[in-house]
Amino acid sequence: MQVLVENLVKTFQIAERQPGTWGAIKSLVHRRYRAVRALDGISLAIEPGELIGYIGPNGAGKSTTIKVLAGILVPDSGRCEVLGRVPWRERVAHVRQIGVVFGQRTQLWWDLPVIESFELLRDIYRVPPSEYCRARDELVAMMHIEALLDTPVRQLSLGQRMRCDLAASLLHCPTLLFLDEPTIGLDAISKLAIRDFVLRLNRERGVTVILTTHDMDDIEALCSRVLLINQGRLLLDGTLHDLRARVTQERRLVVDLLQAEAIQDADATIIRSDGNRVHLAFDPERIAAADLIGRIAARYAIRDLYVENPPIEEIIARLYGETEG
Amino acid sequence: MRPYWAIVQARFRMLLQYRAAALAGLATQLFFGLVRVMLFDAFYRSSTAPQPMSYSETVTYLWLIQALLLLLPWGLDFEVRNMIRSGTVAYELARPTDLYWLWFSRSLAMRTAPVLLRATPMFVIAALFLGLQPPASPMAALAALAAILGAALLGCAITTLTTISLLWTIAGDGTARLLGTASMIFSGAIIPLPFFPDWAQTALNLLPFRGLMDTPFRLYIGHLPPQEAIPAIAHQLVWTCALILMGRAILGRSLRRLTVQGG
Amino acid sequence: MRNSLKLYLRYLGISIRSQMQYRASFVMLSLGTFLTTAAEYVGVVALFDRFGSLRGWTLAEVALFYGITNIAFALSEAWARGFDTFAGMVKSGEFDRVLLRPRSTALQVAGQELQLMRVGRMAQGLFVLLWSATALNIPWTLGRIALLMAAILGGACLFSGLFVLQATLCFWTIDSIEVANTLTYGGVEAARFPLTIYRDWFRRFFTFGVPFACVTYFPALAILGRQDPLGTSLWFQSLAPLIGFAFLLVALRVWQFGVRHYRSTGS
Repeated sequence: MQVLVENLVKTFQIAERQPGTWGAIKSLVHRRYRAVRALDGISLAIEPGELIGYIGPNGAGKSTTIKVLAGILVPDSGRCEVLGRVPWRERVAHVRQIGVVFGQRTQLWWDLPVIESFELLRDIYRVPPSEYCRARDELVAMMHIEALLDTPVRQLSLGQRMRCDLAASLLHCPTLLFLDEPTIGLDAISKLAIRDFVLRLNRERGVTVILTTHDMDDIEALCSRVLLINQGRLLLDGTLHDLRARVTQERRLVVDLLQAEAIQDADATIIRSDGNRVHLAFDPERIAAADLIGRIAARYAIRDLYVENPPIEEIIARLYGETEG
Repeated sequence: MRPYWAIVQARFRMLLQYRAAALAGLATQLFFGLVRVMLFDAFYRSSTAPQPMSYSETVTYLWLIQALLLLLPWGLDFEVRNMIRSGTVAYELARPTDLYWLWFSRSLAMRTAPVLLRATPMFVIAALFLGLQPPASPMAALAALAAILGAALLGCAITTLTTISLLWTIAGDGTARLLGTASMIFSGAIIPLPFFPDWAQTALNLLPFRGLMDTPFRLYIGHLPPQEAIPAIAHQLVWTCALILMGRAILGRSLRRLTVQGG
Repeated sequence: MRNSLKLYLRYLGISIRSQMQYRASFVMLSLGTFLTTAAEYVGVVALFDRFGSLRGWTLAEVALFYGITNIAFALSEAWARGFDTFAGMVKSGEFDRVLLRPRSTALQVAGQELQLMRVGRMAQGLFVLLWSATALNIPWTLGRIALLMAAILGGACLFSGLFVLQATLCFWTIDSIEVANTLTYGGVEAARFPLTIYRDWFRRFFTFGVPFACVTYFPALAILGRQDPLGTSLWFQSLAPLIGFAFLLVALRVWQFGVRHYRSTGS
């Protein structure tokens, strides 16, 4: 067991801002506080080598969980063990073995060439020179950043910076990697590159990855296991399939007709129809996909058709909405 | 007029939010003031030679410095500086309003809230406990008040000049610091002007900076009798106008330069 | 420990190199700080001109205090800059990154920046000190010079400790940036003059509260070879700078406490 969490609870005291000028004067004398339960009894267990997706609406408690696991936040109560240590008790030893990448903030030094940031990190993490050289060369090759090494970080594009940040986070060969919104704001090519890298990292090097993201394509492409958190509670801990099944069994049949016509079927409902293309929803419990296809193909002139799952965003939105109430 | 009030109100609200900082700033200045007073106290006890001001006059002067310290054109307007650095100042230039007066009234508005919030408690505390004497006469009080308004305008003219010089990057940084330092020294904020050597007094009287602090304070104390108020305030206004004209001229040149380069 | 020193020097090198990129600005800023501090000193000279002496202390003697304090403060302004601007680090979340690195937080914050422009104040302090050294009628023995160095270093440690304490406050509230300015800048003001000119309660605060006196007044007395009107012994005066070092160590302990608090309340 690499990560073990039991009943983590964390409450924050937020100072309330009183509105208007009179409110401002009042707050000089008396401040009011509001308690926010960021984590309300989270429990989970992660084995080495897993690639986990950690999702939830904003303010659900994702970054709080990550901060606790990373050792920079101390919870109010509960048990937590990462790589055999309690993260916040042995900060230095713990932090040496993990890597953290924030999509929104770089860990590299803004004015320095990338390679100098790497060397500074080598000194900070006390990586032996031979190990450093090996790790650096491998990572530079994997991320294709040879040409960027002498560029100051402030001159890099977002995609380039993200690749360098990822490489930087792995120079000290951590076994556990936290990725917080790594693909945010990136173009399609960069996103694919990052995903490919993370997948290889996990499959070939066995690095455990915990990925926080709002991009559902990331989740679909990478994660075998998904954790859904909302309002401080873990609502789901399973595969993507479990996630879908939780919301709906429904599947979609998209049909490209030879000419526009109205499709009617007892076991399918029309979701949308643009011209020749019709989107149908059906419940596989009621009618098997193959049977529905057979019926439609027999009755209408088809050019093409395919079966898909409802878009994951829709699933997630429904899940978030369902759990809000 | 309305944007002025908007800024004043916003600053008030912001400053009231940061109550710890406000109190801390007050405490800092009280401490500073005390150290200065003690220093002068020690000096006065070391010599019986006649001095340009009496001890109690000096103490009053020193506390007035602390009360109105935020009136000095010391710092930079960070927002404008960042605007210039990032280039968004181009938006300002594209507006139909007169940029000089925009910056001038902005510097006035940015000052109003902090000065009032600092001066009021400081004045009260110093007057009650620390030896700040009341004004020499009602006329003196009026004269001092008028001079303080003059000082505010003068300070804004200097600040606006500083802001304009920021459009010239490196030279701008230096000008800003130099003007700020000169304002500190020659206004009497570091050592009350009457204590400067006699041979320096003529030069000090010519420079604009004494209008920032020395003029209103001397009127308050009665060192400058109320009759002297007119010429003293005139001195402030003349310099203010001169600096405004200078500022407008330089701004005009800067803008032409920018539009030629920037395009 | 040695590795930490190496890391700190690396940080400094980076900081210096990046500031040297803006050479003209650096010259301007240094000139600015030099002129401001010089102007303050000129004011003191003007006052001595009018009053003759300061409770029995001559200008040359006061210049000794002045020089020591300014150099010590300039040193701490230069290397504790990271603590001075710490509020920004907390606000931006940059401090979280500091916590994610397997090194002492204080070391990382201190290594943020070495402000070179403080050399302006240091130069002014040096001029004043050198003038004082020549104007004073004392033999400059090795012991005296050593004590002078100790006083300056002890003072730098004391001021750095104050910057650390000031930064520590940011863990509780971002908007108390100015709180320690009271002590730091106010202390510099006051430490530039001999302790005897101040009232009793002030003197006590400056000796036992925040021990400015231990890093300027007492060692300066020993250097001047003067009898302390307050009655301290030569031994105490010579060893007093150590208290400056001790103050810094205490400040770092408080810092650790602040880090613990930050980690339990989040940002």
